[in-house]
Amino acid sequence: MNNFSYTQAKNRDDAIALSGMGPGSQFIAGGTNLIDLMKYNITRPNALVDINAIEDFHAIRESANGGLSLGALVTNAATAYHPLVEQRYPLLSRAILAGASAQIRNMATNGGNLLQRTRCYYFYDTNTPCNKREPGSGCPAIEGYNRTMAIMGTSEHCIAVFPSDMSVALAALNASVQVSGPEGSRNIPFSDFHRLPGNTPHIDNCMSRNELITSIELPANGFSNHYSYLKIRDRNSYAFALVSVATGLELEEGVIKNARIALGGVAHKPWRVKEAEDFLQNKEPAAENFWYAAEMILKGAKTFQFNAFKVELAKRAIVRNCIMALNPECQLPGAQASA
Amino acid sequence: MLTDQIISAKSMPTLPHKTVSLTVNEKHCTLEVLPWVSLLDALREDLDLTGTKKGCDHGQCGACTVICDGKRILSCLTLAVMKNGSEITTIEGVATGGELHPLQKAFIEHDAFQCGYCTPGQICSAIGMFQEGKALTRAEVKELMSGNLCRCGANTNIIDAIMEVKAQMSHE
Ligand SMILES: Cc1cc2nc3c(=O)[nH]c(=O)nc-3n(C[C@H](O)[C@H](O)[C@H](O)COP(=O)(O)OP(=O)(O)OC[C@H]3O[C@@H](n4cnc5c(N)ncnc54)[C@H](O)[C@@H]3O)c2cc1C
Ligand code: SF4
Ligand code: FES
Ligand code: FES
Repeated sequence: MNNFSYTQAKNRDDAIALSGMGPGSQFIAGGTNLIDLMKYNITRPNALVDINAIEDFHAIRESANGGLSLGALVTNAATAYHPLVEQRYPLLSRAILAGASAQIRNMATNGGNLLQRTRCYYFYDTNTPCNKREPGSGCPAIEGYNRTMAIMGTSEHCIAVFPSDMSVALAALNASVQVSGPEGSRNIPFSDFHRLPGNTPHIDNCMSRNELITSIELPANGFSNHYSYLKIRDRNSYAFALVSVATGLELEEGVIKNARIALGGVAHKPWRVKEAEDFLQNKEPAAENFWYAAEMILKGAKTFQFNAFKVELAKRAIVRNCIMALNPECQLPGAQASA
Repeated sequence: MLTDQIISAKSMPTLPHKTVSLTVNEKHCTLEVLPWVSLLDALREDLDLTGTKKGCDHGQCGACTVICDGKRILSCLTLAVMKNGSEITTIEGVATGGELHPLQKAFIEHDAFQCGYCTPGQICSAIGMFQEGKALTRAEVKELMSGNLCRCGANTNIIDAIMEVKAQMSHE
């Protein structure tokens, strides 16, 4: 780890002002991603601004539109086990609890989860080039061992996936991210928050450096009757997703009125295909319809030497997860909120 | 000339130590640490509490688990400066008055360690898990203890030891 100065911000404005003091400054929340990256010498801030003392960011509040506002500093564990989240957004609970370990979820914050960086092996290995770590140096993953890499939305410059589980559920729920910076506050729809790699894979999302996430806003509809989060990984718990699926369904008299399907582990951001969701509207919740939707979602997939298996895996995961969403009780522990 | 040299040595920039006060195992202590010192290193090197182990140093093994303000956390992924004012329990603080913690006894009875390296983290993590009150079945206990890796094969016995203490607790 490099040397750096450390300051604690008292409130939001203080944090924004402190982060503006130099180009090498960075906010720290739970530290579970940032400190790890600093130990690998991938991130080398010269000033850390600790935002944990900002009281405002530690609350979960009901919002005027019937939704919920999740403070940026509420931990992943406190969010997943919050009674209102468990009742009204169980999909979000499941997704969070499918990620990391109990200790990490006790430390990891909601804001930090959205800003965690890719787990691409080459990104983590400072002995190799990587366009995300060092723009213009190249992408060894494209010709390399790319088993875990993206199959959708890649560019010739980067094929990394975004590893957050929580974000897959937030995408399915149509959440938005409230941010604040020197120029004021803005609300960013979740689908616009993370970016595709394009020519600038080093930029993960649409936030500017001095901006702070203040909260995550959930709309009123939490798909709490028919939902499921399925995470397929190399071991049964405590690993990142090869493919994950968040499904929320609304049924009326046995027919699908509203469907949301978001994929994780396949792209630089949570992946949704509106066409497939629209197709399911007014259809019966039958396996063949889910298969058809899965085909539509994976239509544009582009695979690399070692990750072609993800296409079939994703299709099957979508179908299985949509069926599980009909009866959420059948989900296994590990993705279960409270017993 | 000599005085000049002494003065210039004194005016050398000093490292930016920060004062951190912690309550560790119910004892209050004040430390002078550099910002980049992890809580794990502060516990082991500055406070000489070497029970907490450094396994991976990257959040992947759970060996460094301690209980901070009632919650289990990883001391390798937090900076000591960030924990100013916190209350911390390490494996050295779980026994009371010379009496082992029920989990410590159960680990011995169930042969729940071979090399013993992951043991302090396992025990602190299990105590934290009990406080969370979320794991009811064996499958849930396994899942919620999965952040603690035992690499030498004692895991089944570790889960047995935890289940036994859980059963004792529910009879109390
Ligand atoms: C071993 C391990 C396994 C993991 N497994 C999973 C997994 O399976 N699934 C999963 O989803 N995640 C997983 N994680 C990642 C973990 O969820 C993230 O590290 C965590 O959510 C990040 O939150 P944090 O508060 O610790 O962020 P920090 O590390 O403090 O910060 C991360 C980044 O966000 C910035 N930041 C933080 N808060 C704000 C804010 N409010 N405004 C602006 N910038 C901010 C920081 O500057 C930094 O750049 C794993 C992590 C580890 C170490
Ligand atoms: S896939 Fe992206 S993160 Fe991985 S090596 Fe290539 S450029 Fe770097
Ligand atoms: S040493 Fe902290 S998790 Fe391994
Ligand atoms: S007892 Fe050896 S690693 Fe757990």
